[in-house]
Amino acid sequence: MGKVVALFGDDISTDVIYPGRYMATVLPSETPQFAFANEKELNKALTSGEIPKGSVLVAGNNFGCGSSREQAVSCLVGYDLAVVAKGIARIFLQNSINLGLKIFIVPEIEASEGDELELGLEAVVNNTTGKTFAVEKLPAARQAIIDAGGLVAYTRKRVLEAAAR
Amino acid sequence: MPMTVVEKILARASSQTEVRAGDVVEPRVDLAMSHENAALVINQFQEIYAGTGIEPKPWDPARIAIIFDHRVPAESPKTATNQKKIREFVTAQAIGKFHDVRGDVGGICHQILPEYGYVRPGQVIVGTDSHTTSHGALGAFSFGIGATEMASAWALGVAVNIEVPSTIKVVVSGEFPDFVGPKDLILHLIGKLTAQGANFRVLEFHGETIRKMSTSGRLVICNMSVEAGATSGIVPSDEETLRYLREEASVTDPIELVVPDPDAAYERVIEIDVSELAPQIACPHTVDNVKSVDGVTGKKVHQIVIGSCTNGRLDDLEIAAEILRGKKVAQGTRMLVFPASGRIFAQALTKGLIGDFMKAGAVVMNPGCGPCLGVHEGALGDGETALSTTNRNFKGRMGNPNSEVFLCSPAVAAASAITGVITDPRKEAN
Repeated sequence: MGKVVALFGDDISTDVIYPGRYMATVLPSETPQFAFANEKELNKALTSGEIPKGSVLVAGNNFGCGSSREQAVSCLVGYDLAVVAKGIARIFLQNSINLGLKIFIVPEIEASEGDELELGLEAVVNNTTGKTFAVEKLPAARQAIIDAGGLVAYTRKRVLEAAAR
Repeated sequence: MPMTVVEKILARASSQTEVRAGDVVEPRVDLAMSHENAALVINQFQEIYAGTGIEPKPWDPARIAIIFDHRVPAESPKTATNQKKIREFVTAQAIGKFHDVRGDVGGICHQILPEYGYVRPGQVIVGTDSHTTSHGALGAFSFGIGATEMASAWALGVAVNIEVPSTIKVVVSGEFPDFVGPKDLILHLIGKLTAQGANFRVLEFHGETIRKMSTSGRLVICNMSVEAGATSGIVPSDEETLRYLREEASVTDPIELVVPDPDAAYERVIEIDVSELAPQIACPHTVDNVKSVDGVTGKKVHQIVIGSCTNGRLDDLEIAAEILRGKKVAQGTRMLVFPASGRIFAQALTKGLIGDFMKAGAVVMNPGCGPCLGVHEGALGDGETALSTTNRNFKGRMGNPNSEVFLCSPAVAAASAITGVITDPRKEAN
């Protein structure tokens, strides 16, 4: 279960999630400090620890559109945030699976700031309003990467298998 | 079974006789491109091998391209150190296609790849940049990925977990009116499709207008296909592709054209007639917020930007210089020009275009991504407005969330530089 700490509309780009001027910072251990750097209040609430780990961002369609910069995903992973969105742009979706960001595609989601959401693989329940919303399944082919614990672990396994042959 | 051009490419790259939309394949990668974010790719690549006892070696260094363009020359010690690390890796691994910060062979990755003949029809190309869609202009299936996915491709030589995308066929007819061109076409299409209208899909371009279009124009429409969410844009290769590769990219080895089957299955077909199209403007803060120029004429502009992987090629600079020649950039407006590559810069110099820009009062900058993504130059002040030939206008894109970016063609940008307000080039030129 997680509390909704921020609400966004449609087409939130990676320029908003992780502004370009911080792109020289690449390591997943260093990117979280610049999450939503242009949204001063949200950034401060994250960096100060005011937003607890496991909190939820709720967004509209096409979340994470634009640049392929992976920092936009790793900066959210650093706070153990979950993203519930009506739709997610292709590269951001794949980067999320690769890096283990918790994403839930929920086309009908209705939530307000402060609501408590229960995040399941098949449904998201808004415990504050009592409403339940269906989660769109991720393509089955991507499950192998999730099961392996992310793309680094998945590829490591494949490299080791190839070396053993 | 008849196949679209991307289905054909993916079938061949994954050694299957046929594939269809929705299938999951693991295509061999022909070209793997990165820019400064290779610093992260290298980190993730080494992470993959951590604790395995196996030495990290890319599967095929000749198929890796690394081009410095996002922050050239480096704007900070951090960037300079990243670039230094990448150089060391390039040397140690004997990476074949490396373009450093140079005035001769440097430039923006999406210009360098076609210009040096690295892109061929039928290839599978991945790049750690969302505008990798550009290379569909030469009939390749080319798409953007994240840095970890690139590290995986370096290790395995394949793109894992690729779903064959369904394809939207875009048929373009009619002749462009004066001062209207490929940029107006793609902005119009993005407005029609919306920013997510082609998410997980390919845009395959057809029609007489596309057949007559130069590779430079095709690069514009494929470059910006991603702004409608497309995995890739693609123009099936033809005589023009051959001409470009032979004459402009000096390719001498055999080139095989790959085209879709005539009765391939498309998710939908969109027809566009450009003969009545007006210059198009994408208004803040989304690329699909597109209006005809009439809708925004007169809007004050503080900074004009001409360049980028979208519109920094020779024909773009020629159109702009022609409009500006003998005129001056308006007081209270500044104009920045950045050619897409060192080669283009040199050609523009020979043709006198650089002189035209400087005499008009424009600042000509070195090739690179420049002000487009707000990283290290050409930032906007609070409340300021930019009119730019680049490809994105998201909030904060040019480095300041309290500013606005409008997107347009080089003709609109040049005409507006003279007046200081958004101007219809069809009127300013008369």
